[in-house]
Amino acid sequence: MANNYASEFRTCETTGLKVHLPAERLFYVNAVVAVVCLLIGGIMAILIALTRWQAVHLLPADLFYRFVTAHGMNMLVFWIVFFEMAGLLFASTAVLGSRLPAPKFGWFNFLLMLVGAILTNIMIFTGEADVLFTSYPPLKAHPHYYLGIILFAVGALFACIHFMATLVVAKKEGYHKGSYPLFTFGILIAVILAFFTLLMGAGTYVPTWLWAMGFLENIEPGLYRLGFWGFGHAAQQINLAAMVSIWYLIGTLTVGAVPVNEKFSRGAFLLYLVGINVASAHHLLVDPGYSASYRIFNTSYIIYAATIGSMIHAFSIPAAIETAQRAKGFTNGLFEWLTKAPWGNPAFAGMALSIVIFGFGGGVTGVTQGVEQINIMAHNTLRLPGHFHVTVVGGSTLAFMSLTYYALPLVMRRKLIGAAFAKYQPWIFAIGISIMSTGMSFAGILGVPRRHYDISFSSAVFQVPFSATATTMMGLVGLGAIIAFVGLLIYCLIAALTAFFGERIPPKMELHYPPHAKEGAAAGAPAQA
Amino acid sequence: MSIFIPEKHWWKPLGPDEKLWFKICVATGLALFAMMPLWNLAGKQNPTHESYMVTPEQFNELTEKFVAENKVRDEVVKQKFGDAVIERRIPVVHPKPGVKDVYLRARAWEFYPILELDKGREYRVHMSSMDYQHGFSLQPQNINFQILAGHDLVVTMTPRESGNFYIICNEYCAIGHHTMIGKIIVKE
Repeated sequence: MANNYASEFRTCETTGLKVHLPAERLFYVNAVVAVVCLLIGGIMAILIALTRWQAVHLLPADLFYRFVTAHGMNMLVFWIVFFEMAGLLFASTAVLGSRLPAPKFGWFNFLLMLVGAILTNIMIFTGEADVLFTSYPPLKAHPHYYLGIILFAVGALFACIHFMATLVVAKKEGYHKGSYPLFTFGILIAVILAFFTLLMGAGTYVPTWLWAMGFLENIEPGLYRLGFWGFGHAAQQINLAAMVSIWYLIGTLTVGAVPVNEKFSRGAFLLYLVGINVASAHHLLVDPGYSASYRIFNTSYIIYAATIGSMIHAFSIPAAIETAQRAKGFTNGLFEWLTKAPWGNPAFAGMALSIVIFGFGGGVTGVTQGVEQINIMAHNTLRLPGHFHVTVVGGSTLAFMSLTYYALPLVMRRKLIGAAFAKYQPWIFAIGISIMSTGMSFAGILGVPRRHYDISFSSAVFQVPFSATATTMMGLVGLGAIIAFVGLLIYCLIAALTAFFGERIPPKMELHYPPHAKEGAAAGAPAQA
Repeated sequence: MSIFIPEKHWWKPLGPDEKLWFKICVATGLALFAMMPLWNLAGKQNPTHESYMVTPEQFNELTEKFVAENKVRDEVVKQKFGDAVIERRIPVVHPKPGVKDVYLRARAWEFYPILELDKGREYRVHMSSMDYQHGFSLQPQNINFQILAGHDLVVTMTPRESGNFYIICNEYCAIGHHTMIGKIIVKE
């Protein structure tokens, strides 16, 4: 029965993977929408940064808060999740050589997410939802704002179910046998985390939506914060698992890296599964109502289990790359494998920069600020955006960008336009983000609040002078943001031009039968229709 | 390779380097974890404070009572609204000897009242919100707490330096958020 799908496959000439064409089309639309969201979020980002740079102070107050809302939603949710949906499709179909079990269901999920994203954006830009990304009650947005997010989350939840179904079908119909490849395993961990996240999201946004429509009297602000961060922070853990999987994937695609010890790498992913979602409590460290033991247990990721996981990856990914490079003959000295690495390949450079920025910048700041006593000095200051702009942007977003340089020719089958610019893009973006986040972190240490329109307090009853150092740091934020924005624009241009106008690479159509199918259909044998 | 199916028996012992690294990781994790409860016992600045449920009305009453009993003067301040400048009077409250409980009300967009405290004396500062969520961010010390409506957060603090200190709101509380600022005066 499964063999009816044999003619819907093509063979990738670079990797030899079998690609199911309906899955490929769905991948294409998810990736395109993701890049559009990235562009919207990026334009918001530069406008916000130029406002916070007190010397420029571009926007009026109402637009500033509105654009902060739009920036958070489009970047943290829409860009990242649409891209991850593309990643889910790739991990479950192409990597396993499987068919997509229900393409129509896939399109339905995609449309649900698209409608949700558009609805939420309309509400934000028409000024009906100036509640910032967190929408802490009693700040109230138009009910359609919450509805948009709920639709988007339901679509994403369905897509996760579709991913699981694909794994089942791949095994049952004999497309796949044995253990999952490490990339698929990592994405599977991300999907399990996503189920938790999306259910927490539903538990938070559905009551809030009912409250906005007037069916509920009151939303308890403390309880909302607990639920919201179960969604908001956990969503970043999905990104983490996806990003690490992508690091392994790019290592394989660029230098042929093989995980040195599968047990080590997979164990690290399991530590994520065990220990990472409790990190939501990081947001509640200086809230009323929690005991010391609650704070210690949760914010330590259960005795730093997840941190140990990340440290294992920090060892095994460079080790895999070194082993692969040494096998190619780069054995002189300690570091020839590194100096002779394909630095001109934007995917490799982006991956390496992403590892460094995420690990040294994001990981270290995150673990530090998660200590409850230090959190007193960090809560709601710019130190926090300083942390998550090196994790989600310098880490995840840069990793996703790097992967795009492979996805465009291999999955979307277009010849890259502007390859000469692509070479420099990860560097520009990485440098910009690093400068910006450094500025944010140090400004935050000096007390500068996040999400604040005017730190000169010109229209307040007292004017609190922040030090000249803090002002300089805010200038650094503006400067870094400009550089990063240039990097982002180059990326969006390359992606858009290639996706729409790039020269098509004709697919190499080959019949693909489930190699491990039962019922007498031997590997590769044509089906008896 | 990370995109191909691993060989059948991939459950293999770790190499010596990996074992060493894993031990370093676990040791780091345990050390960091031990620090957290230890700081709660030995440190002087911990976030675990008392907190109680309170309705905004109750808290407002408590604050007004506290202000009425302990007010020493009004401070006249000027605030810019576009081109217009208006004058406002904010009560300055110096807790009488023996008064330990101090109330700070957060409301869009003011901290009320101005507190005048004595250096070296211990206070229990109660904070709650009347409306949105607010942030208590003491500058230039950079000490931050979350203020929620319905919760009374009690922070026990002893001022150790004299001078003027400011409380800026660092949780978004609608359009006037960046004008919300309070003051604490510490006297010798």
